[in-house]
Amino acid sequence: MASRTLHFKIYRYDPDKDRKPYMQDISVEVDENDRKLLDALVKLKAKDDSLAFRRSCREGVCGSDAININGKNGLACLTDLSSFPEGKPIVLRPLPGLPVIRDLIVDMTQFFKQYHSIKPYLINHDPPPERERLQSPKDREELDGLYECILCACCSTSCPSFWWNPDKFVGPAGLLAAYRFIADTRDQATNERLDDLEDPYRLFRCHTIMNCVDVCPKGLNPTRAIGKIKALMVARAI
Amino acid sequence: MVRRNVVGAHYGLVDWLAQRVTAVLMAAYAMVVAVALLQGAAADFVTWRSFMASGLMRFFSFVLVLALAWHAWVGVRDIWMDYVKPVSLRLALHVLTLFALIGSVGWALGILWRL
Ligand code: SF4
Ligand code: SF4
Ligand code: FES
Repeated sequence: MASRTLHFKIYRYDPDKDRKPYMQDISVEVDENDRKLLDALVKLKAKDDSLAFRRSCREGVCGSDAININGKNGLACLTDLSSFPEGKPIVLRPLPGLPVIRDLIVDMTQFFKQYHSIKPYLINHDPPPERERLQSPKDREELDGLYECILCACCSTSCPSFWWNPDKFVGPAGLLAAYRFIADTRDQATNERLDDLEDPYRLFRCHTIMNCVDVCPKGLNPTRAIGKIKALMVARAI
Repeated sequence: MVRRNVVGAHYGLVDWLAQRVTAVLMAAYAMVVAVALLQGAAADFVTWRSFMASGLMRFFSFVLVLALAWHAWVGVRDIWMDYVKPVSLRLALHVLTLFALIGSVGWALGILWRL
């Protein structure tokens, strides 16, 4: 890709200065070394340093640069610039459904509250062994597609059920994490975890809309994990 | 009452399961009726009436009405839970929905048993 100009429409809001949010039209030159949307954002920031966004690892590991790109949530650092059609402005907004702190930065408190509510740690009351709690490779395989979550919130903030009840519905990211511990053979709190989730709001607000699967930048499938939690509940009740 | 955000009602599984089971029941009923229609069960009023008045169809229609009401209850309650925030208003809507559904079931059964 040779050097070219990219046009952006970016959601701007600084609560100290702006009475309400507005969309800023801005463009930037990129060259063949700029491959990802994050590269372009960094150049944009050099041009207009009032623009605020989060980023850290720039390689899809930290989960901090999740934004809404042309209407779909994703990580700026994993989005190829070449995926944007020529001539159309790229529309960037903060993740939907969470309070905006400034520009593309949202307040993730509610998201992490839900994550913490599922006790995202191993519960095992046996005395710890000398080195580590062992697991067979087959049992370990159960955790594939679950442990890789980077808590970017792309999924939960694209889920209508989370928009309507962010304070009560755990959301896809939290439920994926919940199943990660339910599925872990070293965890001894399966029943308590199921008890905690058996609730019309915490789990059953999920109506299998599958927006979460559509956007996960790590290719994970929260809907399948949620289905497995429900299946376990059925197995224990029937 | 302190203003706290409370969750943990510990129900929901039965409703979720019922929603699925009743959906399957209704799909099966629709298929049976569709096949019957293709075979001319509604050629005229008398054939249609005798089809619906048969013991088997009464049995299935009775189950259908109950399944439909239960399915509608779960679905409509979900809508109130998603969009109506004040608890008192939600309770009132739940009660109204229940009344409407129970009334409709009675009405439907009245029609069915008059056949
Ligand atoms: S499941 Fe995927 S989209 Fe959701 S928080 Fe984890 S990595 Fe992000
Ligand atoms: S499948 Fe469930 S958790 Fe995922 S987007 Fe839909 S409602 Fe939300
Ligand atoms: S900057 Fe870390 S995931 Fe994109």
